[in-house]
Amino acid sequence: MRFLFKTSYADDLRLFQHGGQVFWYGLLGLALLSAPAWAGEYLMTQLVFIAIYSIVGFGLMMLTGFTGQVSLGHAAFLAVGAYTEALLAARGVPPFVSIPAAAALAAALGVVVGLPALRLKGIYLAIATLAFNVIVEEITARWESVTHGNAGMPVAPVKLFGSELGTEGFYYLCLALATAAALACVNLLRSPTGRAFVAIRDSEVSAACLGVHLAKYKTVSFAFSAALTGVAGALYAHKVGFLSPEQFSLLVSIELITIVILGGVGFLHGAVLGAAFVIVLPQAIAVAKDWLPETMAPSGLQAVVFGAILILVILFEPMGLYGRWLKIRTWFELFPFYRRGMFRRQRSYLRTERLR
Amino acid sequence: MSFLRVENLGVRFGGVVAVDGVSFEVRKGEVFTIIGPNGAGKTTVFNLVCRIYPADRGRIEFEGRDLGALAPHRLAGLGIARTFQNIELFEHATVLENLLIGRHRHRRTGFWRDLFFARAVRESELAQREAVEKVIDFLDLAKYRDSRVAGLPYGVRKVVELGRALATEPRLLLLDEPSSGLNPEETDDMAFWIEDIQKQLGITVLMVEHDMGLVARVSDRVLAMNEGRAIALGTPAEVQADRAVVEAYLGAGA
Repeated sequence: MRFLFKTSYADDLRLFQHGGQVFWYGLLGLALLSAPAWAGEYLMTQLVFIAIYSIVGFGLMMLTGFTGQVSLGHAAFLAVGAYTEALLAARGVPPFVSIPAAAALAAALGVVVGLPALRLKGIYLAIATLAFNVIVEEITARWESVTHGNAGMPVAPVKLFGSELGTEGFYYLCLALATAAALACVNLLRSPTGRAFVAIRDSEVSAACLGVHLAKYKTVSFAFSAALTGVAGALYAHKVGFLSPEQFSLLVSIELITIVILGGVGFLHGAVLGAAFVIVLPQAIAVAKDWLPETMAPSGLQAVVFGAILILVILFEPMGLYGRWLKIRTWFELFPFYRRGMFRRQRSYLRTERLR
Repeated sequence: MSFLRVENLGVRFGGVVAVDGVSFEVRKGEVFTIIGPNGAGKTTVFNLVCRIYPADRGRIEFEGRDLGALAPHRLAGLGIARTFQNIELFEHATVLENLLIGRHRHRRTGFWRDLFFARAVRESELAQREAVEKVIDFLDLAKYRDSRVAGLPYGVRKVVELGRALATEPRLLLLDEPSSGLNPEETDDMAFWIEDIQKQLGITVLMVEHDMGLVARVSDRVLAMNEGRAIALGTPAEVQADRAVVEAYLGAGA
């Protein structure tokens, strides 16, 4: 087992806490950078989707996992990013302008959606964001002059300096943006802004008493989360090449929240693990369907499996996939002294009555 | 100009008059304690001073400034910090992180510089850690520095919460029942700390407390409340001997 001896305050601020982390992240980085050389076309596509979903995961993790605000409407931000990108790309706007524009527009909308969050909590906020999702879906279906409605609209491929960005180039773009998103989240979390988010999640009353401006930080969290989702939406538009409203339905929002819950609420790593799982699962179901008899593979099988997994994870592994990994790692580190109750949530002592 | 002045403060929740025209002044540098039987309105006075509830009437002034117009999060910036009766820590963060959140009002950077972890953020973070370590030394919390609050015993949490309030570098510290849930030794430590906070750090303390031993030991002046009203004010000995106070606790004829 590893003991970290910190000898200066700067040790706390380092991106990687010890050499082991540098090694493993380096290895992961190398594998991902060299992926076009060893991965086939199918695997490359999966990796691109995992990168895109990871960006959404990071955004939603900051909002739900670290600020404690539930959103069941993130597919709407994905839609805003995707349609913005599609419209700008069609007019020949380069990606280094259009992707920030998609992020900015989603962020602006995030601020608007964040407004009810200043008054609503928990399940009520979830319902408000859910309603927002339905509204945006309806607008994309009806506003035919811009979105082409249910007929859908094609998306031009990414063009950089007049030439098309190939599969490989697009993969590197997604990888770079996912890495940047992760870094941005880590930076926020090790600075006052991120700590204010965590404070709001754990106790709003004492956060306010310590000088955290609740309204401001909740709004910032919503905007940041929406901006990341907007970026992911822009990439998604290019990847799938065709947009229609049903790609951003409520079910997609549920899929996105699944990333966070499945990955492990409150762990950035969880966002990536959750994204990978959510991408791989439908493929696995599709394969399973070929083997199952007709009656056992109805068309709604995927939704049922998603729902069942969500329930099982919440019941039996509330810390998600990353929590499971932590437990396994701790088991090996402490062998043979691991105890079953080590990760059990401690019972909270009586808390001051909720004031609002 | 007095340090903290509360004048004719009143609030009612539906038909219950929780605080009914309470006035008192806290002088700079003293430990001022509010006592009273359960339901006397002590914690409500605290929450009114912290602007968690709006007052129906009356005025609260801190160094001549009317607090009535300020949002709750503005008070920390003026140098007012508080603890809670039943502990309101950030459960899923470490002790160090909890204390660092206490430094929120001393942050020097906003969202954009935080996003890129700019040099200013790094320098500010180092300065915050230095300040937090002073609090950790003061309260002897070093061995819990990296423990999650969720797993700590009640007595330690109480100290962490005190530390978090001190990390804000307040000039007025509000302690809501600092000894509740503590064993006699821990209560003794708490008394020492309150004395040190007053004498070494020069922080004015306003507290609500039930343990009369602790109250008599650390308080300069005591205000007794009953049924939302102030019934006696004076030194601990004076208040303990007051007829109205004895009646409030033990009933008439005692």
